[in-house]
Amino acid sequence: MSDPAHSPHLQHHFETPQQQFDAGKLGMWLFLATEILLFGGLFCAYAIYRANHPEIFVYAHQFLNKYWGGTNTVILLCSSLTMAWAVRAAQLGQRRLLIVLLSLTLLGAMGFLAIKYVEYKEKWEHGLLWGARFAPQVEGHGEAPAGAPPAALPPPAAAPAPPAAFVVERSAIKPAPPGPGGTLVAEEEQQEQLDHAGMGRRPDNVQTFFSIYFLMTGLHGIHVLIGMGAILWILVRAIRGDFGPEYFTPVDFVGLYWHLVDLIWIFLFPLLYLIH
Amino acid sequence: MATVEGAAAGRKVAPGDDYLTHTHGFLSWALTLDHKRIGIMYLVSILAAFLLGGVAALLVRTELIAPGPTIMGPDAYNKMFTLHGAAMVFLFIIPGIPAALGNFVLPLMLGAKDVAFPRLNLTSYWLWVIGALCAVGAVVAGGVDTGWTFYTPYSTTTNTNVIATTMGAFILGFSSIFTGLNFIVTIHKLRPVGMTWFKMPLMLWALYGTAAIQVLATPVLGITLLLLIAERALGVGIFDPALGGDPVLYQHFFWFYSHPAVYIMILPAMGVISEVIAVHSRKHIFGYRFIALSSIAIAAFGFLVWGHHMFTSGQSGMANAIFSALTFSVAIPSAIKVFNWLATLYKGNIQLNGAMLYGLMFLVTFTIGGLTGLHLGALAIDVHLHDTYFVVAHFHYVMFGGAVVAFMAGLHHWWPKMTGRMYDERLARIGAALVFVGFNATFFTQFVMGSHGMPRRYYDYTPGFAIYHQISTIASYVMAAGFFLTAYYLLHSLFRGRRAPMNPWGGNSLEWHTPSPPPHDNFAETPVAEDPYDYTRLKRDPATGGYLSTSYEGAR
Repeated sequence: MSDPAHSPHLQHHFETPQQQFDAGKLGMWLFLATEILLFGGLFCAYAIYRANHPEIFVYAHQFLNKYWGGTNTVILLCSSLTMAWAVRAAQLGQRRLLIVLLSLTLLGAMGFLAIKYVEYKEKWEHGLLWGARFAPQVEGHGEAPAGAPPAALPPPAAAPAPPAAFVVERSAIKPAPPGPGGTLVAEEEQQEQLDHAGMGRRPDNVQTFFSIYFLMTGLHGIHVLIGMGAILWILVRAIRGDFGPEYFTPVDFVGLYWHLVDLIWIFLFPLLYLIH
Repeated sequence: MATVEGAAAGRKVAPGDDYLTHTHGFLSWALTLDHKRIGIMYLVSILAAFLLGGVAALLVRTELIAPGPTIMGPDAYNKMFTLHGAAMVFLFIIPGIPAALGNFVLPLMLGAKDVAFPRLNLTSYWLWVIGALCAVGAVVAGGVDTGWTFYTPYSTTTNTNVIATTMGAFILGFSSIFTGLNFIVTIHKLRPVGMTWFKMPLMLWALYGTAAIQVLATPVLGITLLLLIAERALGVGIFDPALGGDPVLYQHFFWFYSHPAVYIMILPAMGVISEVIAVHSRKHIFGYRFIALSSIAIAAFGFLVWGHHMFTSGQSGMANAIFSALTFSVAIPSAIKVFNWLATLYKGNIQLNGAMLYGLMFLVTFTIGGLTGLHLGALAIDVHLHDTYFVVAHFHYVMFGGAVVAFMAGLHHWWPKMTGRMYDERLARIGAALVFVGFNATFFTQFVMGSHGMPRRYYDYTPGFAIYHQISTIASYVMAAGFFLTAYYLLHSLFRGRRAPMNPWGGNSLEWHTPSPPPHDNFAETPVAEDPYDYTRLKRDPATGGYLSTSYEGAR
């Protein structure tokens, strides 16, 4: 930040590089706030449906593979580390290290999406899809489905079948009736549901869980893709040798974005996979 | 005269070199990073949208002039009022003051060379264009008949172009977010030496509050519209009771954005009025801090009242009561502003020119709009008035009587600065009178027929309502005549208007301290901020018809 007049990156309407950097940083944080609010709508939908219909979430989450989800969490955390390190490398002008770290981050993102693809494919094959497309082909949940997927993949519900613990929990919580505000359900229908609630029977409207699952992870996946594009862009610029102690703003901002993508997953993973 | 004055103020401005003539050619405009040119492009575009929405409104009113089919069938009527609502709200009013006038004046008022992110600014304009083409294209290719609110389940079952239209609104939302983000950062980081927060012109406070709402509320609209698209395209069922979803959730999501969006429309209008009232009554604004902070209070309250759109949607009584009480509280900061404007007028030297007439019109129509909001905020009365023309009239008194009238005030106030030309004041007064009479006759009638039970959006009505509809329709033609007259004298001024002096009204915020139209870099030297409402050191200069600052003369 020596002589402002000599910095080729200083735009004409800023007086100092520091002012330009601060403005950019504030803008970036505001942008991240809008991203959180964008996801906020989905988190809100999640909270409402989970509060109104806990039985759907408790039942349906067993179809998510928490080992794949956990692996993806670790991958994203590691990619966040390499990203943060890359920002440091850019600040110190370590060009080779920067290139290596950005490549590693990109690799992590690819790994994440590859695992996501495997998970989606599994859901697709078993008809565990959103709303109108929901047509499950696995009845007894908690067991490996007939016509199992390729051997390399663990069955969709690798977790031990939990009906026992399930019953205890169900007895504590009265299941909310389906329908908007529960108003559409006749009394006897509610009673019928109470009867079956503890038996591991599929509750009504399981598709709601998968709608929310696909919407949240899908939107997050799109953000991962956008992040990969951004990382690729700064990787190309890093190879070109654009960054150094004088100028590392794009690396810094892409890093912030990548941490946000990571952070959202940190919330998605327990909310969708680790319900109990 | 601009160059002469530039010289008089001790600045070096090359003769004839202003932002309009700095470079030439289509691309020099389409790819410009200059906030002034982007503001002008916005202005032209939103005025085109205003024309489109206005013509749709006139067709709707004409259809309603007599019971039964008049000029179009019921489906065409549904599409026409959707076009009117969507074009006016999403394409004209929301970007109207912030993106068009705000883009032009915000950096000038800050004494800055540009907004913080000029490229983002240009992106935001082209996103607006793409979004507008999406939305208007959907209408041309068959139309949408949901109304501008896209309520489910109708919007997920109708076989009109809902996806294209909501996609358009989604893209427009991004444009709005980027503009808001840009303004917040600009106000934080590019204020000049000596301009503390409480020395900013009130327009900037209003734009800041607006930008905060744009940044915080629009993403929620984004996800809502994405969910609606996913619902239609994929059948995710989040809003579909048959699949375990809840249509009322859509209304919550929609109004969580769209109620604050009402303040996106009205807050910048209040900013314009604060400038116009003070400058044209030649008096220091009264209660500066209260006006500034009430902008922020309105922005904050705006987030807490969305439920008042849903009193009859099956909310709990408790929620209704809370939302009703919060709705009343919005009246407090709004009333603070109105009283402060009135106190500014008191013993002022009021200039009844075009800009000021619209400013005074705002005080009348916005107050009626605001007070009828209290009728609708009261639970028991709302059950009776819900979905009647009373709501339509209230909405138009706030949106038209508030936002559009203030836009007109601002357009007249800054027109000399933007174009370097003076318009015909006599025609401006006639135009303002036509708009005032036409508007009130159109919509006050609707208060009456609404309270008599005429439901909104209906294609047909019983003969008892015919007289009200006829008055309303004929008055809307009077209003339209006022706007066409306005279009005429403004366009005329571009070619035949007198050259505008640097400071035609005697304002003291920084945009009046640079030639009209401003040079490419806004200011030859970074100006020093003074109290923007101190008019005592401005002296009328008979030679140019403008005002000169004696502090500059002292400096010379």
